[in-house]
Amino acid sequence: MLEVASATDPGMVRSNNEDSIASDASRGLAVLADGMGGYNAGEVASGIATTVITTEMQQLLDQNPPYAIDESTGKAVAEKLLRNQVSRANTSIYQAAQSQPQYAGMGTTLVVALYYDNKVAVAHVGDSRLYRFRDDQLEQITRDHSLLQEQIDSGLLTKEQAKLSANKNLVTRALGIDPTVETEIHEYETKVGDIYLLCSDGLCDMVSDEDIGMALQTLGANLKLCVHQLVQMANDNGGRDNVSVILIRVLREFPAPRGVLSKVLGWLR
Amino acid sequence: MAKLILSMDGLVLKEFTLSKERTTIGRKAHNDIQIDNLAVSGEHAVVVTILSDSFLEDLGSTNGTLVNGQTVKKHFLQNNDVIELGKYKLKFVSDGPVQTKAADFEKTMILRPGALRPQPPAPTPAPAPAAPGAVKPAAAPGAAPVAPPAAPAPAPRVAPPVAPQRAGVLQLLSGSNAGRQLDLTKPLTTLGKPGVQVAVITRRPQGFFITHVEGANFPIVNGKTLDSQAHALGDHDVIEIAGVKMEFFFKT
Repeated sequence: MLEVASATDPGMVRSNNEDSIASDASRGLAVLADGMGGYNAGEVASGIATTVITTEMQQLLDQNPPYAIDESTGKAVAEKLLRNQVSRANTSIYQAAQSQPQYAGMGTTLVVALYYDNKVAVAHVGDSRLYRFRDDQLEQITRDHSLLQEQIDSGLLTKEQAKLSANKNLVTRALGIDPTVETEIHEYETKVGDIYLLCSDGLCDMVSDEDIGMALQTLGANLKLCVHQLVQMANDNGGRDNVSVILIRVLREFPAPRGVLSKVLGWLR
Repeated sequence: MAKLILSMDGLVLKEFTLSKERTTIGRKAHNDIQIDNLAVSGEHAVVVTILSDSFLEDLGSTNGTLVNGQTVKKHFLQNNDVIELGKYKLKFVSDGPVQTKAADFEKTMILRPGALRPQPPAPTPAPAPAAPGAVKPAAAPGAAPVAPPAAPAPAPRVAPPVAPQRAGVLQLLSGSNAGRQLDLTKPLTTLGKPGVQVAVITRRPQGFFITHVEGANFPIVNGKTLDSQAHALGDHDVIEIAGVKMEFFFKT
């Protein structure tokens, strides 16, 4: 149902890569994390986030269909699964940071996409983003948890002025910094042909949304090449940060399996 | 830290460092920058500084505030902006940390709520102070964020020297549009027929490259079939895609 291509690159300036990515096309899961912290603590934080979320979700998804309705919240189980696993990753990173002096203060931003029942549930913390490319239009779906976004929201800066800001790199939320984390989760309908882009700020700070859209439009037929092109564009523009990209194309519809019985029950309800 | 240089008729009078979150400008004595001139209102304007960014706001002054000759109500100050209040000029000079220490400064950092304003310590048990090299909670009240120390022994990849870009052109040699020229001005230009054979030419700082995108047949350059790798185009290379021949050359 999904085609996935991804790449992560240290960029042109940094010697190490603090980004971490993981995906499982068969279960409809993609995870991208951008770590921060001195020495290699950023890598550790982003690595814990992607590993914990991917392995836990893989197990849980096999037992708990994400499209089922959770009785306590009235929402799809997917949201609860995501919230719990992001929370669990937060705890793991926080505890490692507390117990190991060399990891003190490490953290990571995160974006997770979970596809089920012709929908995508998106969870994010910080400034890693999800974009949707549909009908030749690129649209940013997530809103950064950053000082800059808050300044834009409060009307202090316009989007154009924000490009000139020197405060690009300050996030207001991250995993591993506090004992609990506030995760933003939303659900969107998918369409066949949609391309979803998960990326770290190393891409969207270096390449304009317009150029990202152009790459998706011209190279969308070949996701692998498109991923490579996006990383290359970030590096050609200076590559000042690690660059990570995951592209996901919806190949066909993927409705939740509903038997005749459940349909009948659905009518009766 | 950014500063404002006060001058009149080209004569520098004083320098002010923007060390506070709010730096007030006006005629009255309680202002941080006092300009004792009747053309200046008592409370004329304020500069709000948030970490590395400074914003100028006119406080409803009688004679208004100009930046680079334009009347402004609110303005995001950029390096070398000139603020005018009556006959007085204030030049905004940012220290430009981004340019000098890009690698360190652009590291993503967490900004804790309330870090911008002086606040009593948080009631919850505060996490251990950051160890050397760890992420700093962005700022002590009023202080600039401290960049973490540089990573040990960085071995950055050397960016290829950026040569002045020459314009590339594609001229069709066969097919119904033979003779037509196409300027390769976009970062990406696709060639061929979707569903049959498509290739893309990418414009990069190092030059122009052709790459196969889709279809069973790969592009042919100077009679040689390419593989899936990007191929650097040379002056007067002949490309064949979906049966159409074209020539690539640099504009002179």
